[in-house]
Amino acid sequence: MLKVTNMNVYYGNIYAVKDVSFHVDEGEVVTLIGANGAGKSTILKTISGLLRSKTGSISFAGEEIGNVASHAIVKRGMAQVPEGRRVFLQMSVQENLEMGHYTQQGATMTERMEGVYERFPRLLERRKQVAGTLSGGEQQMLAMGRALMSRPRLLMLDEPSMGLAPLLVEQIFEIIGELNRAGTTILLVEQNANMALKVANRGYVLETGRIITTDSASALLEDDTVRKAYLGG
Amino acid sequence: MSFALHLINGLQMGSIYALVALGYTMVYGIIKLLNFAHGDIIMVGGYIALFSLTLGRMPALLAALVTVAGCTLLAVIIEKLAYTPLRFAPRLSLLITAIGISILLQNLAQFFFTANDRGFPGHLLFPTGSVSIGGLSIAYTSIITVALSIASMAALHLLVKSTKLGKAMRAVSEDQGAAQLMGINVNHIITFTFAVGAALAGVGALLYSVRFPLIAPTIGAMLGLKAFVAAVFGGIGSIPGTMVGGYAIGLLEALVTAAGLSGWVDGVVFLLLIIVLMVRPTGLMGRPIMEKV
Repeated sequence: MLKVTNMNVYYGNIYAVKDVSFHVDEGEVVTLIGANGAGKSTILKTISGLLRSKTGSISFAGEEIGNVASHAIVKRGMAQVPEGRRVFLQMSVQENLEMGHYTQQGATMTERMEGVYERFPRLLERRKQVAGTLSGGEQQMLAMGRALMSRPRLLMLDEPSMGLAPLLVEQIFEIIGELNRAGTTILLVEQNANMALKVANRGYVLETGRIITTDSASALLEDDTVRKAYLGG
Repeated sequence: MSFALHLINGLQMGSIYALVALGYTMVYGIIKLLNFAHGDIIMVGGYIALFSLTLGRMPALLAALVTVAGCTLLAVIIEKLAYTPLRFAPRLSLLITAIGISILLQNLAQFFFTANDRGFPGHLLFPTGSVSIGGLSIAYTSIITVALSIASMAALHLLVKSTKLGKAMRAVSEDQGAAQLMGINVNHIITFTFAVGAALAGVGALLYSVRFPLIAPTIGAMLGLKAFVAAVFGGIGSIPGTMVGGYAIGLLEALVTAAGLSGWVDGVVFLLLIIVLMVRPTGLMGRPIMEKV
């Protein structure tokens, strides 16, 4: 479904992503794990078109999207839950969801919103509230709900566990599993490698902008070097 | 002149300031640009209205529509030619460009229309005469000015609060990157914002030309600066704050005039700007600026 080949991204003079290639098949959960600054978020931003790769190609559902404007990429069936959630703090919960539906035909909005509220009942309770008044966990749910409003074929999540209490992290990962079982392909970027590998089918390990190893998630969980570096022994 | 008449005068000017100030606030809200060419768009609007009514012999409504459309088109052209290429440039470059556009528009107007004042036939636009309420004689133009400006602001409020485009404007002004991830075409929204601000300026141009019926290449400069003060006072970036700011400046001017200090009006307005910047730089209803981490 998604195939990234030879991605090279620079931030000014900083060489952030070095010759990265990977793929995500339909129906999979694939995770990119690695320490802070390994280039994981940069990769997601480049796939979404917010940054550009100097070389190579990004193909989504068989079509090249490396030069497509970021707003047009959403329309093709890709959504991203960005790092730090980035919900619209001054807009209400409901308006945030409406923004997630921006590229879609108006008729489907109510139905999809109900779907999101069903999955995240807390959002229904707070639908008139301004997003800035939500807790971190609620904001994460809103960011995920907002991304789901476009009913994406590929959902990319950037550090969904960041800054959340352990119980909430469990809940978020449970939801990721549910979404996948409901048919959404997922690309997950995480520092919490343990949780990520438990929900994923396959994983890629990044170090300073390079993919150093890849395997099935269960094999990575058992891998000695991965365990030492990212799973706390 | 009775105090009540001063107040009516203040409301009339406040309506105009509020309309013009909204253009500043909307553009600032979306790309953090103080668009100092905004006042000069109103000057161009004054000429468009003047020529539509005189040379074009258009009926009032048509002339008004042509003026609003002309201002909107001009702002979109300026945005595309001058500001869009600087989308990723430092903000200071954008500000200097805006000042450059302001000077350019004034000089083009002087080149084509000369620096001489031209009388504006306000009577062709709005009905003359006045209505007597409780012993006060209030000019129709004052009533129309206040009504038209409140109607425009209500329309703006509806647009921003309830329409898909208006919500997208708020989303872009809060977080451009996140808005892009929603599939919002940020460039379109920015252009649309300029267009809406300029349409309000077009209405402002009509109202201002009727109030001060002498059109010259420099009429936009002082009006623009005062509306800028109104926007800063109310809280630049905040639409309700800016509306309040506009009326506050209009009424302040009226009070200073009523106190017999009409020569001090401009000075007092700019003194207010200095005080606001010292005491509460975010204005009455502005949000404190928070740097994103």
